[in-house]
Amino acid sequence: MSALRETLLAQKPGMAARYPDVFRPNLRARLNVVLVLGGAVALYVYALVTLDFDPHRILGGVLRLTDIAEMMLPPTPDGWARAELYGVALGQTLAIALLGTSLAAILAVPLGFLAARNIVANRVLHFLTRRALDSVRSIDTLIWALIWINVVGLGPFAGALAIMSSDIAAFAKLMSEAIETADRKPVEGVQASGGSRLERIRFGIVPQILPIFASQILYFFESNTRSATIIGIVGAGGIGLYLSEEIRVLEWQRAAFLIVMVLVTVAIIDQVSQRLRAAMMGAPRG
Amino acid sequence: MIHTITIPPDAQMAPLMRAYADALAARRRQTMLGLALVALALALACLGADVDIFVFWDKLGNFTSYFYRLSKLDTGAFVWTDPTEWYWGLQRWLRQLGETLLMAYLGTASGFVGGFVLCFLCSRNLVRSGAVRWVVRRYLEICRTVPDIVFALIFVVAFGLGPLPGVLAIAIHTTGALGKLFSEVVESIDMKPVEGIAASGGNWFERIRFAVLPQVLSNFTSYGLLRFEVNVRGATVLGFVGAGGIGEELITAIRKFYYSDVSAILLLVMVCVMAIDLLSERVRHRLLALEGGRA
Repeated sequence: MSALRETLLAQKPGMAARYPDVFRPNLRARLNVVLVLGGAVALYVYALVTLDFDPHRILGGVLRLTDIAEMMLPPTPDGWARAELYGVALGQTLAIALLGTSLAAILAVPLGFLAARNIVANRVLHFLTRRALDSVRSIDTLIWALIWINVVGLGPFAGALAIMSSDIAAFAKLMSEAIETADRKPVEGVQASGGSRLERIRFGIVPQILPIFASQILYFFESNTRSATIIGIVGAGGIGLYLSEEIRVLEWQRAAFLIVMVLVTVAIIDQVSQRLRAAMMGAPRG
Repeated sequence: MIHTITIPPDAQMAPLMRAYADALAARRRQTMLGLALVALALALACLGADVDIFVFWDKLGNFTSYFYRLSKLDTGAFVWTDPTEWYWGLQRWLRQLGETLLMAYLGTASGFVGGFVLCFLCSRNLVRSGAVRWVVRRYLEICRTVPDIVFALIFVVAFGLGPLPGVLAIAIHTTGALGKLFSEVVESIDMKPVEGIAASGGNWFERIRFAVLPQVLSNFTSYGLLRFEVNVRGATVLGFVGAGGIGEELITAIRKFYYSDVSAILLLVMVCVMAIDLLSERVRHRLLALEGGRA
């Protein structure tokens, strides 16, 4: 390797003389890179200074963090009664994720059709739907949870509604994109054999978007399981309530146990849903 | 052009039709079974999540009236009649919003660097050692499976209140999320340039610098920007657990029922998030166009 390297390096001046265009540095591109990188680093330093990052504090924190990590071992729920409590809360978390995802999926169907350019030709309606969806999407799930707690009270129901609210927009957007990119030919075929507008949608478009949509639902369910684990932090049910409580009262072993529970559950759900999605999207049937 | 359709005699058609009907029925049964399973899961979920339609129906009025209350000042007038009163704390909120954005930036940038370094170590086509890949992969998995707000909860205890724990939480979560995406990009590159550099005597770093990076950089940047959007949204709630940003102000306003403050802050957050989404979308589209132009 190194012998080759040396011979090649020895040839470099000759090569540079023969192919000057290749070896000439591209100053403009370099300047661009330096400007972009320099800007990013400058902003980084500015942020560090503005947010008052103190090396002593960071060091102290890291030391305390290692202590905490030590105190987390071994993770334990401290007795069966509490483990049962956690298990119920975990079930509740899954229920919240499932319910929120399906509610969002159901409600997003009409919205998706409204936001699709090839279904609704009215440009104003189309624009308004899109903007409304964007504004709903820009609010985080936890904020929605707080709002819904004011409406239906503390508990998992508020959590499910919060997940629904924050997902509706994303679902509708995906759905409208799937509809817009759907193949026109089946629709025209149904029309040519005398199908009505509704029949064109049912037999021309729905079969095309159904597998895409189903796999998206599963994907969202995966990510919502993660969101549902934290929604309890603000009191909207699920395992997050216990997690934040155990951390606040510095019961590190229990907190670690809860985190492990979440990790394992999420890993299982990811695996199952990945299989299902692969089965749905790919693999010609039969 | 004339098409003719020949219909086979009935005796020949009957078994075909029967087979078709059977296949259709089998598919129907499968669909029904799937739907029944989903319905069962949903029913269980409704039980588990204490869903009560009647409560929902009763309280649904609260939802609209909540937004109605959000639009009222303490004096009882609508907020838009007196914007100076509505946005009385504009300066403070803008400062906190700026802090939120800086937190998201710091966290995303640090996470970008972390994911960047680690993604090469867990790519099958660049690292031969299965053990190294396994360790890096599991690390990234843990980083992205634990939600950032849980990290924030823990870090608030270790580092104290303020933006520092928030930034660290975002950074760790982003490392996990980006590291995985990056490694997927790296695993799908064209290996010929890499072999070319290896053949002319380049070491591992040179191979990455001159053969891998040019292929992946625009994709990396685009994913990084996308993550920044997500993180801005996430940073607005980190204040709920005391990890800095505008979330602290927001949760206080919501919990203490300062309705006009809630609507003012929410509106600020929404405008800011949407503006950043729009900007980053523009940049991402230009990056993609750049990619298309080169290929």
